[in-house]
Amino acid sequence: MAGIDPIVDPRLRLEVLTAEEVRRIHAATLDVIESVGVRFPSPRALDVWEAHGASVDRQTMVVRAPGTLIEEALRQAPPVYPLAARDPALDLPLDGRHVYAGTDGCGVEVIDLETGEKRRSSLRDVEEIARVCDALEEVAFHWVPVSAQDRPPASRSLHELAAIWRNSTKHVQTESVVTAREARAAVEMARAIAGGADELRRRPVLSIMQCTTSPLAQDGGSLEAALVAAEAGLPVGFMTMASCAFTGPATVAGSLVVGNAEVVSALALMELAAPGAPVYYAAAQTAIDLRNGAYTGGGPEDFLFGAATNALADFYNVPLSMGSFATGAKEPDWQAGIENSLSTFMASAVVSDMLLGVGLLYGSRIWSYEQLLMDCEIYAIVRSMLRGIRVDDESLAMDAIRDAGPGGDYLTQPHTQRHMRELFRPRFLDRRSYGAWETEPDRPRDWARRRAKELLAGHRPEPLDPGLEAELAGIVVAVEVEAERSPESAPA
Amino acid sequence: MTSELFAAMRQSIVEGDADRAEELAARALGEGMDPLAAIDEGYVPGLRHVGDHFAIGEMFLPEMMLAARAMKRAVAVLEPEMARRASRRRVLGRVVLGTVHGDIHEIGKNLVGMMLSASGFEVHDLGVDVPFERFVEKAREVDADIVGVSALLTTTMVGQRSVVEALRDAGLRPRVKVMVGGAPVTRGWAEEIGADGYSEDAVGAVNLARQLVGA
Ligand code: B12
Repeated sequence: MAGIDPIVDPRLRLEVLTAEEVRRIHAATLDVIESVGVRFPSPRALDVWEAHGASVDRQTMVVRAPGTLIEEALRQAPPVYPLAARDPALDLPLDGRHVYAGTDGCGVEVIDLETGEKRRSSLRDVEEIARVCDALEEVAFHWVPVSAQDRPPASRSLHELAAIWRNSTKHVQTESVVTAREARAAVEMARAIAGGADELRRRPVLSIMQCTTSPLAQDGGSLEAALVAAEAGLPVGFMTMASCAFTGPATVAGSLVVGNAEVVSALALMELAAPGAPVYYAAAQTAIDLRNGAYTGGGPEDFLFGAATNALADFYNVPLSMGSFATGAKEPDWQAGIENSLSTFMASAVVSDMLLGVGLLYGSRIWSYEQLLMDCEIYAIVRSMLRGIRVDDESLAMDAIRDAGPGGDYLTQPHTQRHMRELFRPRFLDRRSYGAWETEPDRPRDWARRRAKELLAGHRPEPLDPGLEAELAGIVVAVEVEAERSPESAPA
Repeated sequence: MTSELFAAMRQSIVEGDADRAEELAARALGEGMDPLAAIDEGYVPGLRHVGDHFAIGEMFLPEMMLAARAMKRAVAVLEPEMARRASRRRVLGRVVLGTVHGDIHEIGKNLVGMMLSASGFEVHDLGVDVPFERFVEKAREVDADIVGVSALLTTTMVGQRSVVEALRDAGLRPRVKVMVGGAPVTRGWAEEIGADGYSEDAVGAVNLARQLVGA
């Protein structure tokens, strides 16, 4: 069994927004929610808003809510709660001190480990990725990494959850549950794993992520799924992707306001429907490419979003899941390295609770095991940096300095013996001599691929109890039968 | 006088000034100008200018969008008169476009639609979450040459196959061509579902559409 080694209590601090600037963004956000409104295309959601005195236009489904209602609702959100795991030793307290990395999610293709060819993703990929990530200490939780395209759309998201639980004891988060029906089944599965409804509330082994629909709208199916999950006590997050100059204003501040209005209004709805429900803020904002409109997942604006958003989540006193690592690069290359390093550094230095996530290329579309392991290396480097510099008698090393004197060396000093293992030892940085590299010009990504193959072949995760496994499978089958009968409410 | 008006029309498109484009269209009608001349010699050169500068990286997507919108508004003013004269705009082809049922991703589809319009296609955009039969109805209604289907989700891309099948069942295939696109869509998938083409970006979509109509 593998543990988790997260970033904790970073010593470097970064202030991208002053308290005054956060207040201005907050005020602008409330103004937007109250005067422009946010679309909630779900009758259930509209009922909840109306019952709490918001102004609801049933025709356009736009909700305009007073700032006080939003603020009061958000005050109900618990600031601290755990993401629980099949193995309780791997529970993750979201306590504002830790930065946990998860995998990226919903990829559509996989670079095959054996052939190196790109192909459509399947359930088997979900299983194998879960198994490899179970062994990695940098990966604290799973997002459903790629889609099980060989399973029927109506039950696909549930097959994916079962596959991860079968192959890992870590926490699972999904972005693929987008109907109330799937959400009810997912809750049932999570209850089976946790050992009952109350136990699940105490230790949510599953958390749910939904996307907002920028600008200033939500998705109906996602809202209804989220409400089901929130009522069962599963942590629910809403992620905005409002992107500068397309789905958000061209300025970073303006896009922060639009994204914030979407997330905050959705979280407020959860609290109105299920007071005290654990919720989290999520964001993967970026700037579009001005030439082709593409979601870039990189660049300086992206990195600033990474640090700024946590100031907002802190202001509302809820955990944050921040999109980092989501490079736009097509292969694990210079671009992937620079984008994933900077986004992860910025999001980690401000103590974002969750980072999403490792392993995907090309704007979260292509899974690469090489990228997975190199992303973990980036996380490890950032973790080392954030430990900062300890300054005390022992670290000042006066005895060793006296001992070595001018012109000596520190190789054989006892002080060196005591501390050398604290120095970062890379797995995927090439520090060989030029000659060695010339003789065998392989690259860090080749080593990463080799390591992934080893883990896939050798790592045996703690198996799921066969009775439990059958129970999960039964829930999935029941959904398939139901979907046959009424296909219309299949995933939106 | 006429040449001045043409120049102003061109300029309104380059500046993406929809109000001005609309106003100039009304003036042209008032002066008895042939609406087709206004389009071909006034507005289209503006679009061409924007397209050329976009291609060399001097103008950007937001400017393209503004130009396309200004063009659309001007054409809307000219349309009744075109209908009265029973003149039809010479277009490269008629395209019905939409994001498939269950899917609300629209950015890529909008870009494709805009680039097609700017390149001389008549585009009928059905929006997002479009039922399969809507594609068929609309294709029939406007006598489409091409149906373009966008899907960004692995759960909804199967709907592209349903559109191909619905068009076939309606007897519109193979005359009406189908092109598909979106994040999870690959050339292999397009072949598998019997679509006529696939493109991974808007510029490619225009080339593909030209190819499909033999332009
Ligand atoms: C922005 C975005 C959104 C926005 C969309 C906003 C909007 N108004 O459109 C929002 C936030 C609403 C959203 C929602 C969701 N999304 Co989304 N989204 C994206 C994202 C990041 C970018 C898409 C985009 O706009 N790209 C920019 C445009 C310019 O590119 P494009 O769409 O690919 O279009 C180009 C080409 O594909 C091609 N093309 C497109 N259509 C057509 C059509 C034809 C005929 C042709 C020829 C060419 C063509 O030309 C276009 C122009 O160059 C992608 C990831 C990605 N990198 O693609 C995920 C992504 C598509 N989304 C994803 C998911 C999972 C979702 C949700 C289910 C999440 C949730 N749980 O709520 C919901 C789905 C809601 C629904 N029912 O549709 C997944 C899909 C994965 C999968 N396995 O299916 C992706 C891949 C991200 C991921 N890995 O998680 N999303």
